Amino acid sequence: MTKTVNNKAWVFVLPVFAIVAFSAVLPLMTVVNYSVQDTFGNNQFFWNGIGWFQELLDPSTELGGRFFGALWRTLLFSAIILMIEVPLGIAVALAMPREGWTVALCLVLMALPLLIPWNVVGTIWQVFARGDIGLLGWTLNHLGIDYNYSNDPIDAWVTLVVMDVWHWTSLVALLCYAGLKSIPDAYYQAARIDGASRWAVFRTIQLPKMRRVLLIAVLLRFMDSFMIYTEPFVITGGGPGNATTFLSIDLVKLALGQFDLGKAAAMSLVYNLIILAICWVFYTVMTNVDAQRERVEA
Amino acid sequence: MARITLDHLAHAYRPDPHTADDYALKEINHVWSQGGAYALLGPSGCGKTTLLNIISGLVRPTRGRVLFDDLDVTDLATEARNIAQVFQFPVVYDTMSVRENLAFPLKNRHVPRDRTAQRVEEIARLLDLTRVLDRKASNLTADMKQKISLGRGLVRPDVAAILFDEPLTVIDPHLKWQLRSTLKEIHRALDITMIYVTHDQTEALTFADKVVVMHDGAVVQTGTPDELFERPAHTFVGHFIGSPGMNILPCRVEGATAFIGDQTVALQRTYRPPYGERMELGIRPEFVRLQPRGTGLPVRIRRIDDIGRARIARVEMSGRALAASVPDGISFDGDEAALALDPRQIHIYANGHLVSGESIDGGRA
Amino acid sequence: MPMTLVLDGVSKKVGAATHIDDVHLNLERGSLNVLLGATLAGKTSLMRLMAGLDAPTSGRILVDGQDVTGWPVQRRSVAMVYQQFINYPSLDVYENIASPLRVARLPKAEIDARVREAAKLLKLEPYLDRKPLNLSGGQQQRTAIARALVKRADLVLLDEPLANLDYKLREELREELPRVFAASGAVFVYATTEPSEALLLGGNTATLFQGRVTQFGPTPQVYRRPDDLITARVFSDPPLNTMTVRKSGGSAILSTGAEINATGPLASVADGEYTIGFRAHHLTLEPTGPDGISIPAIVSVSEITGSESYVHLDASEHRLVALIPGVRRLEPKSPVTVHIDPRHLFLFNMAGRLAVTDPAQKAA
Repeated sequence: MTKTVNNKAWVFVLPVFAIVAFSAVLPLMTVVNYSVQDTFGNNQFFWNGIGWFQELLDPSTELGGRFFGALWRTLLFSAIILMIEVPLGIAVALAMPREGWTVALCLVLMALPLLIPWNVVGTIWQVFARGDIGLLGWTLNHLGIDYNYSNDPIDAWVTLVVMDVWHWTSLVALLCYAGLKSIPDAYYQAARIDGASRWAVFRTIQLPKMRRVLLIAVLLRFMDSFMIYTEPFVITGGGPGNATTFLSIDLVKLALGQFDLGKAAAMSLVYNLIILAICWVFYTVMTNVDAQRERVEA
Repeated sequence: MARITLDHLAHAYRPDPHTADDYALKEINHVWSQGGAYALLGPSGCGKTTLLNIISGLVRPTRGRVLFDDLDVTDLATEARNIAQVFQFPVVYDTMSVRENLAFPLKNRHVPRDRTAQRVEEIARLLDLTRVLDRKASNLTADMKQKISLGRGLVRPDVAAILFDEPLTVIDPHLKWQLRSTLKEIHRALDITMIYVTHDQTEALTFADKVVVMHDGAVVQTGTPDELFERPAHTFVGHFIGSPGMNILPCRVEGATAFIGDQTVALQRTYRPPYGERMELGIRPEFVRLQPRGTGLPVRIRRIDDIGRARIARVEMSGRALAASVPDGISFDGDEAALALDPRQIHIYANGHLVSGESIDGGRA
Repeated sequence: MPMTLVLDGVSKKVGAATHIDDVHLNLERGSLNVLLGATLAGKTSLMRLMAGLDAPTSGRILVDGQDVTGWPVQRRSVAMVYQQFINYPSLDVYENIASPLRVARLPKAEIDARVREAAKLLKLEPYLDRKPLNLSGGQQQRTAIARALVKRADLVLLDEPLANLDYKLREELREELPRVFAASGAVFVYATTEPSEALLLGGNTATLFQGRVTQFGPTPQVYRRPDDLITARVFSDPPLNTMTVRKSGGSAILSTGAEINATGPLASVADGEYTIGFRAHHLTLEPTGPDGISIPAIVSVSEITGSESYVHLDASEHRLVALIPGVRRLEPKSPVTVHIDPRHLFLFNMAGRLAVTDPAQKAA
């Protein structure tokens, strides 16, 4: 569908350009500037060329080692939460009622975790999971399970994953629910007449019709989880050791903890490029799906 | 294969029906015999979709039973009844090829693979789908998709009846013709009971051997297309079937004469009122000829429509609007003309219902 | 000067696809113009260009001689009615009809007068205080049409407005619409897929095929004298029957193999190959006279409408449809000979253009 070209529209877009320029382009340029220089403080900078980038991308160096460590941790975290949240979200959406007053109730309950600020989510779970006063930690320990997220890397990971699943599964579920609601009744009736099993209905009707919203859900959840900062920072602070030091946390440590501005700038640029690349892949996949659909409708 | 019996069937959507008005479907008793082609015809809200949903098992009737042959299926679920349904908007499984779509009902019923493949080929040939068998079903046109929906029903060897719910709504006029004759041919080739729900009289009359006309939740007439056309049992049928519908004129009847305003019309039968308060004379536009003035009932021409293969005049007689057919090659100057009514095609209605009267020589019809 | 809407060589391309292809139209105020074509023929695309919802890729759109190409819809005087019944569900019928006037900030008395006038024209007076969702489909669409009329826009576009209505309601509105249109002074453009609807509405018809306007003129004329095969096909319901014929001298051979006399339009053309087209209601089961063309065929299906019978026939490779008056129950697979008066033939050359415009031809 094409729209009329209306030149007045540009006037409305201008403020956005200005804001983006000040908030994104200028800082980004500064970062690019930092990434090719070294400093010993006192605002004295030295030209370092692509030195930081070489070091960063070479796993044998100290900087490269910690970068790749953080990168793999982040990717692993995203993979785990996607593998849990997407199937779980679909399952929840399928189990939700289709009509009646329970629909509104379900929607409100599901939306609740999404409304809580991220640092509050972190704090809730930090307290909830503590072995001495937290309900979860205390219960687990009294059941004889040795659980301590600030000592044990596995416990720390489990805590973060469970927290993220609690926080975000409802987003996936709500998106899927919207997709399911758009399927006309005739499809379900036809499937019943064709003798399709529950599983066949899911595979042949519900899943194909949810494909687009699922792609959006996966994209959103991937980007959010890949950039996760607040919650692990509040709960584990990246520990124990470096067990939960994701890229974002490492970046802050490097930049604000050690004031290695050059290294941090180079790292943030690479981080940025990785996110852009992955988003591009998603975008391509999604537009391909759209193009396919349009061909179908034509 | 089945005969379908509707036994004292009635349905109300509200939980506690009292008056007749509470029923979306008023009591109906009906038998559809095995292998027939039937249509349910009526305007929206007449109860035809409710009836269809009761037969397919999507709605459980408030009262009465549905029998397939001698089996009471009233409480059986849709999937347990051997029926197939084609919906208003084509339903195909997007991710599957046409072949997989057609095989789907058999696969779900664990029919052996070679038997399925053979059956799919047969049905594809019947529906002229062979050359698209390996294409994605979602990439096809609406008429193809409707054929696939139909094919998924036909492919089951046990299917007792196929229900059609306004299946041509989204099909272009040119393709409607093809699809309609395909349906007819299929019905002839296979011995399957077909029930076709529509508001379109042409679709209903051309498809069905017997048409059930519904109005306000009740059946007003059941008959062959020519019966419905020639002897509408109710003024609603006269109005609803035919385009334009039957001319219905309030009148007064005395013996073999009808009085319309200050005009008199001679009838072929004698009527002995009182039949009811509201007497009407009905005659189809096809049997009303517009002629030069002075040769029949005087009328004033309001408009003459050229519908391509015929001309239809809108005229006014004693303040009443009528439609009449205009014979080929005749033209009128001025707006005055006359009508000739074919006396054999005049029907008399009392309170909406056809009254047959007595033939002039005394015998009752 | 009468208001006119002129489309001058208008094309619309989206990517590699051409949606509208070099359309020239000249629509006058007070006229009803039917766009007739199958789904995706370009009816909606053309209406969007007329309304200014889309800008053409090339060509100009002129209103009263002024070039309005590229003007947004807000600057034009346009009203539109869609296939779906689009009304404000929370407003009653009165307020629905009044809504464009409220936006235009007209005085109260003026609004009231105009709303009542439109409601009267569309027989909505008893329902003015009802909410649209409590009305029948026909009344909902009447409300939408009333809202389009009350604006007194210069251009009123109706995109298959009756498609979602029951058959009888369609018939009723179809009969009233020409009267409603005549009472207004706007340019009306009415899109439909149904040839019978175009004929009932009258006015002018533009036949559309693959984004092109194949013919534009008074509706009965386009129906009776199509310039080319495509127009004749678009404007035939039941579908146009066609065959090829090879003429040589005083005789001609049909593609069914039958030899016929070169009469009717065939008499006056040069030797060679042609396409003949004829409509279903011109085929008869009785011989049509000494000049009549007889076509042997096999009955495939006969459909009875009560007053008429559609007989589908197979004549060698050709599928023909005959519309026979009265109830004719013909056995499937039985042989039958159908006849046609050669005066009713359309004769097209192999490029699909009408080969002869015989003034004596009376294809009624």
